[in-house]
Amino acid sequence: MSEAQSLVEMTFELNGAPVAATVEPQTPLIDLLRERFGLTGTKRSCDVQVCGACTVLLDGAPVSSCTVPAFEARGREVLTVEGFAAGEDASPLIEAFVNNAAFQCGFCTPGMLLAAKSLLDADPAPSEETIKDYMRGNVCRCTGYKKIVEAVHEAAEASR
Amino acid sequence: MTTREFKTVGTQVRRLDADEKLSGRAQFTGDLEVPGMAFCKLVTSPLPHARITRLDASRARALPGVYAVLTAAELVNMETHYGSDKKDRPVVAIDKVRFQGEPVAAVAAVDLATAEAAVELVEVEYEELPTVTGIDEALDPAGEPVHESNVCHEYSIGWGDVDAAFRECDHVFEDTFEFPMVYHYAMEPHTCIASYEPDRIRLWTSAQHPFLVQAEIARLFGRQLDQVQVVVPFVGGGYGSKSYTKIEPLVTALSREAGRPVRLALSVDEAMRTVRRHAARGTIRTGVMNDGTIVARDCVGYVDTGGYTDNGVRVTERFGDRMPGPYAMPNLRVKTYGLFTNSTPAGSYRSIGGPQAIWVCESQIDMIAHALGMDPFEFRVKNLVREGEEVRRGRRPIEGDLEYALRRVADEFGWDGWTPEPTPPGVKRGIGFACGVTNSGASPTSTSLVRFHADGSATVYIGSAEMGQGSRSVMAQIAAEELRIPYEKVRVVASDTSAVPWDRSTGSSRSTTLMGLAVHDAAIDIRQQLLDLAAEHFEAFPEEIEAEDGRASFKGESVAFAALVRNLFGGSGGELMGRGYVTPKHPSGKLRQDPVFWEVSIGAAEVEVDTATGEVRLLRYYSISDPGKAINPKQVEGQDEGAAMQAIGHTLFEEMLYEDGQLLNPNLVDYRVPVFTDLPDEFETVLIESGNGPGPYGAKGVGEGGIVCVAPAVANAVFNATGVRISTLPLTPERVWRALHEAGQASG
Repeated sequence: MSEAQSLVEMTFELNGAPVAATVEPQTPLIDLLRERFGLTGTKRSCDVQVCGACTVLLDGAPVSSCTVPAFEARGREVLTVEGFAAGEDASPLIEAFVNNAAFQCGFCTPGMLLAAKSLLDADPAPSEETIKDYMRGNVCRCTGYKKIVEAVHEAAEASR
Repeated sequence: MTTREFKTVGTQVRRLDADEKLSGRAQFTGDLEVPGMAFCKLVTSPLPHARITRLDASRARALPGVYAVLTAAELVNMETHYGSDKKDRPVVAIDKVRFQGEPVAAVAAVDLATAEAAVELVEVEYEELPTVTGIDEALDPAGEPVHESNVCHEYSIGWGDVDAAFRECDHVFEDTFEFPMVYHYAMEPHTCIASYEPDRIRLWTSAQHPFLVQAEIARLFGRQLDQVQVVVPFVGGGYGSKSYTKIEPLVTALSREAGRPVRLALSVDEAMRTVRRHAARGTIRTGVMNDGTIVARDCVGYVDTGGYTDNGVRVTERFGDRMPGPYAMPNLRVKTYGLFTNSTPAGSYRSIGGPQAIWVCESQIDMIAHALGMDPFEFRVKNLVREGEEVRRGRRPIEGDLEYALRRVADEFGWDGWTPEPTPPGVKRGIGFACGVTNSGASPTSTSLVRFHADGSATVYIGSAEMGQGSRSVMAQIAAEELRIPYEKVRVVASDTSAVPWDRSTGSSRSTTLMGLAVHDAAIDIRQQLLDLAAEHFEAFPEEIEAEDGRASFKGESVAFAALVRNLFGGSGGELMGRGYVTPKHPSGKLRQDPVFWEVSIGAAEVEVDTATGEVRLLRYYSISDPGKAINPKQVEGQDEGAAMQAIGHTLFEEMLYEDGQLLNPNLVDYRVPVFTDLPDEFETVLIESGNGPGPYGAKGVGEGGIVCVAPAVANAVFNATGVRISTLPLTPERVWRALHEAGQASG
C-alpha cells in the first residue's frame, strides 16, 4: 500500500452536482461514494457483481459499483439512491414500493430502486417477463420478488 | 359493551421505516462512524482441522498503523468461551482450529488496507488433523474427535409402544432422506463495532437478540448488565443468521487490546464461515393399517452442527419435535443427534430443524399414500390431528382447524380434478402437496414501555430488532389501537439495551405475538390512567368514559388526552408511562404451555420436469399463512412469500459444498440464490385468520411457516410427474437427470 500510486484526478457529476475527486486506480466506485462522499445508501454485499445491492446509475445505466473502478466515472453522471430519492420523478416508484410492501430489510432497496428506475426510463410499460429479466441482477432475500414486480408495474402505470 | 371496530389493526399502514429505507438514509451497522474507530481484518485458518503449533504476530504488530493483534494469548482476565447453550466457542481459536475459516487472530489498524497487510504478516503454523466431513464421518467411532466426542447433543421424545404397533399393523415403511447445508445470505454480512471503555462497553451490531448479546458480553468481560450497551441499527436481513452471539466477543476483545473502537464488517465469504443451516439426515419408519390409518412412527435423525455447537442443541431438538408431522400418532419414538464436523458452525435458520424435518416427514407420507393407492391429500387429511388435540403429548394442543386449512389451500390451488396441460415431448408436469406444524415462539418473555407525551403522541420502546419483518410498524399499530390515537402519532424506539426494556430475542416468529402483547398491555396501562384522569375531570366513573381519536368523552363533552396529561402535571409538560410484562404467567393464561403457538405450514406445487435435462421448473406454488389476526396483512404475505422463495433455493439449487473440509463455493457466483426469474408464474399466499393465537387480537406468529413445505411439495410433484422419487436435496438438474436415468425415465 505504500508503493507510489499513479493517482487519478477527476471531475464528474454526482447526483446532479459537479464534484472533484482524486482516486487510486484500484479504488472501486462504491468506496469513493461511501467513504469520500458519505453516500452510504449504496450497499456492499457480494463483492462479485451478482447481488446488485451496490447498483448505481452511470450515465443512466445500472452498474455494480463494487467492481467498477471509480475512475470510470470521470466526466460522467453518477446517480445514487440519495440523488434519485431527492429527485422529482422518484415519487411514483417510491410510493409503489410502499403500497406493495416491496421492501423489508431495505438492504437491497437502494439498488432495486435504481435498477427499476433505469428499466422504466428505457421501457415505460414493461411486461412482467421484462421486469424479471431486467432485474435479475438485483437479489432480494426478504420479499420473494413478487411484490417488487407488482410495485414496478404500479409505478409504470402511475407514471403514464 | 359494544364491539369496537379496529382503526389501524388489520390495515396496511405506511411502514415507519419507509422513508428512511426508500431514500438511502436508513443506517445499518456498516454505515456508522464512531470517532477514533479502527478497522479489523481476520486471520483465519486455511485448514479445517489442525493444532496450532506456533503463532507469531510480532511482525504484524510492528507494521505502522497497526493498533493491536488479538490472539489466544490475549484472552486473559476474561472468560474465553461463549455460546447459547454450550459455551464451547473460543473468542479466537485456542490451540486448535475446527473448521476452515475459523478466526485464529484479528488485526485492528488505522484503515482496512493496513489491516489486510498486517494479516499477511501473522505467522501461524499448524499440525494437520484428520478431517471429519459430513454425518457418516462424524458417526465413525474410529474418526478423529472434533471436540471430546463428535456427539454434540442427543434428544428423544416418544410415547406408546412403537415396537408392538409395528408388529400389529398392516405395513411398515422405512425411508431415509437427506437435507443439504445451506447459507442464509443475509445481504448485509455480519457487522459489529465495539468500543471497550474503562467504565462501559458499547456495541453497535447486526444482531437479532440484543439482550442476549448484552448478557454474553457482560459475562465474558466481567461487567454488570448496565455497563454493556448493545445498539442494533437496521439489520440487513437475519433469517436466524444473526441470532445469539456471533462476532461480538472477538470485536470487543480486539477493542480492549487496541484501546479504541473497532469495526469488523464480514465479507460474504467470511459470513459463510460464520453460520449456516444444519445439514440433516432423517430415517423414518411408519406403521399404517390397510385403511390408511397411521399407528406408529419411529424417527431417527442426525444434524451436522459443524465445528461448534452454536444453536445445535435446539436444532437437534426441534428436528426431533417436528419430524413426526401434524398427524395423530398413538405410538411414537423419536431420537435425534447433533454431530460435530469440521465445517462452518450451524445455527438458527428460519424454522430451526423445520424444513429438514418436514422434508423427511412429508416425502415419506407421499410415498406411503402412493403405496396404499390413496390420494396423498386425503391420506394426510385422514391422519391429521384435530383442533384442540395434542400434537405432541404434554404440550399445547393445536390451535386451529388443520383440515380446513389444508382444504382451503387445495381448493385455491385446484388440487381436485387437476390434469396436466399438454406439454412438448420429454416434458412432464405434476403436482405435490405437503404440510407441517412447527412449535414456535421461543420463550414467552418480553417487556415493553410506552411513554404518552403531553401533546397526545406516544413513543413505544421495544427490544425487537428490525430486520425487515416490519415489527416497528406492527407495534405502533397495536399501541395506536389501544391508546385510541392515530397511527401517525406513534413512534418506536427499538433494540438499544440502554434505552429499551428487556426482550428475549427476535426470532422464532415471536415478536408480534409476544412483544406485541407487551406493547398492547403497556398501552392499555396508559389508557387506564387516561380514563382515571378523565373520570376525575368529568366527576364520573372510569367505566363511563369513552376514549377515541385522542379524546375522552362523557355525556356529550370531551377532553383531549393531551390536556389530561398536562393538567396532571399542572403545566405545559409531563407524560404518562405504561408498562407491559409478558411472562409464562401472563394474566391471559395463554402462555402457560409450551410452545407459545403452533405455526402452520402448507404447500402445494405444480412443476414441469424436462426429462432430457433433469431441469425442474416450479410453475405454481401456493402457501398458507395463519397469523391468527393479520395486524398488517401485506407484511404477513411478504413474510410468507420471502420464506417460500428462500425455500425454492434449498429445494432446487442451494447447497454449501465441502470436500475434505474445504468449502468449495464460498461466494455468490458458485453459491446461487434465487433471483427474479425463479419467481413461479403463480406464487400465492392463502391468508387465513383463525383468531386463536395467544397474542393481541388472537394473533400468532408467521414468517417461518413459508419455508417449511416447499421442498417436499416440489419433490412430491416431481414424483407425480415422473414416477421417480428423489430423497436428497437440492433437486439439481444433474441429480434429477441421474434419478430419471436410473429409473429408465430420462429422455433424449
